[in-house]
Amino acid sequence: MKFYIKFDGIAACKVIVREHMDKLGVKYEMLSLGEIIITSKVSDEVFKQLQEDLARYSIEIVSNPKNQLIQRIKDTIVELVHEPDLPLTTLSVYLSEKLNLSYGYISNVFSEYTYSSIENYFIIQKIERAKKMIIEEELTLTEISYKLNYSSVAHLSGQFKKTTGITPSMFKRIIERRRLSAHNARTE
Amino acid sequence: MSATIHILLADDDPDDREFFAEAIQSIDLPHKLTMFEDGQALMDYLSGVELEIPHILFLDLNMPCKSGFDCLDDIRKNDKLRDLSVAIYSTSSSERDVEEAFVGGANIYIKKPSDFQHLKKMVSDVVKMNWQYHNSGLNRDNFLYSIQ
Repeated sequence: MKFYIKFDGIAACKVIVREHMDKLGVKYEMLSLGEIIITSKVSDEVFKQLQEDLARYSIEIVSNPKNQLIQRIKDTIVELVHEPDLPLTTLSVYLSEKLNLSYGYISNVFSEYTYSSIENYFIIQKIERAKKMIIEEELTLTEISYKLNYSSVAHLSGQFKKTTGITPSMFKRIIERRRLSAHNARTE
Repeated sequence: MSATIHILLADDDPDDREFFAEAIQSIDLPHKLTMFEDGQALMDYLSGVELEIPHILFLDLNMPCKSGFDCLDDIRKNDKLRDLSVAIYSTSSSERDVEEAFVGGANIYIKKPSDFQHLKKMVSDVVKMNWQYHNSGLNRDNFLYSIQ
C-alpha cells in the first residue's frame, strides 16, 4: 500500500508541545504564534528535559528577545502563506498590524540576523507552499497561482523559476522520478 | 541559531579549488571550509565516526577514482548524511544533467562560472539559500535549486 500524507505543521507542533509539557507537569498558557508562557515554577532540570524532548522533533525553544522577534516574524509569514486564500493586504501592512511594530523596524531586525530580506523570505515560503500543492496534485497550476495571489500562472511560473532555477513541471517530474526510484530500491 | 557554517568542496582541479576558496572568503557569514582532491578522500572523511555533519558540500562531477555521481549515490544511501545539502558543481549546464543530478538526490545544481565576480555571487546565493533551509524548518525533500 502506498499513500501520501497531508499535514498541518503548525497544528502538529502545538499538539507535540502540549503533550510534552503536560507529561512533565508544566503549567502553561499557549498564546498565538508559538508564544508560550509558563505559569508554574519549573526547575532547571525539567526545563532542560523539555528542551531535549522537543529537540527530537526539531522544535527549538527560543528565549533571546531578538531571536524571539525573528521567530515571530517567520511564524507570522508562514501563517499568512498557509491561509486558505491569501489576504489581499500587502505584506508590510499585514506584518506591522499582526506584530504591532513598524515595518521598518521589523524589516531591519530581520535582515540583520537572517541574511535574507523579509520579501525574499516571503517569496521562498510562497514557493514552498506551491511545491507542496504541486506534489499533492489536487490543484492545477492555475488554481495554485490564484490561491497564492499571483496575478497569473505565468507570474507564478516566473517566480518559481527565479527562486528555484527550474520550472514547476521539471520540479514535479524530478520529485516523481525520485519517488519511483526509492520505490524500486525497496522492491528490488 | 548556530554560529559557523561548515562548507565542504571536493574538486580535483587545484585552480578551481583556489578560486573557490577565495570566493568563499568574501561572503559575510561566519564559515569554515574543508577541501578534498578526490571523491575517495571526501567519502573517507564523511564516514568518520566522530563526524559532525557539515552544512553543505560542493561536489565536482568529474573526478578520478570516484566520480561525483558515485559520491552522491553513497551519500544519499547513508541515513546519517540525510541533512547534508549536496550542491553539484559542474561545467555542464544541460537540462538533462541537471535533472539527473536532482533525481540522484542533489539539492543544488551549479554551473561553474567562468569569471570570479560571478563565482562570488553564486557561492553567496547558494550558501544563503541553504541557510534558510537549515533554519526555517523548510522541507528538505523539496529543496531543489539550480543556478547558472
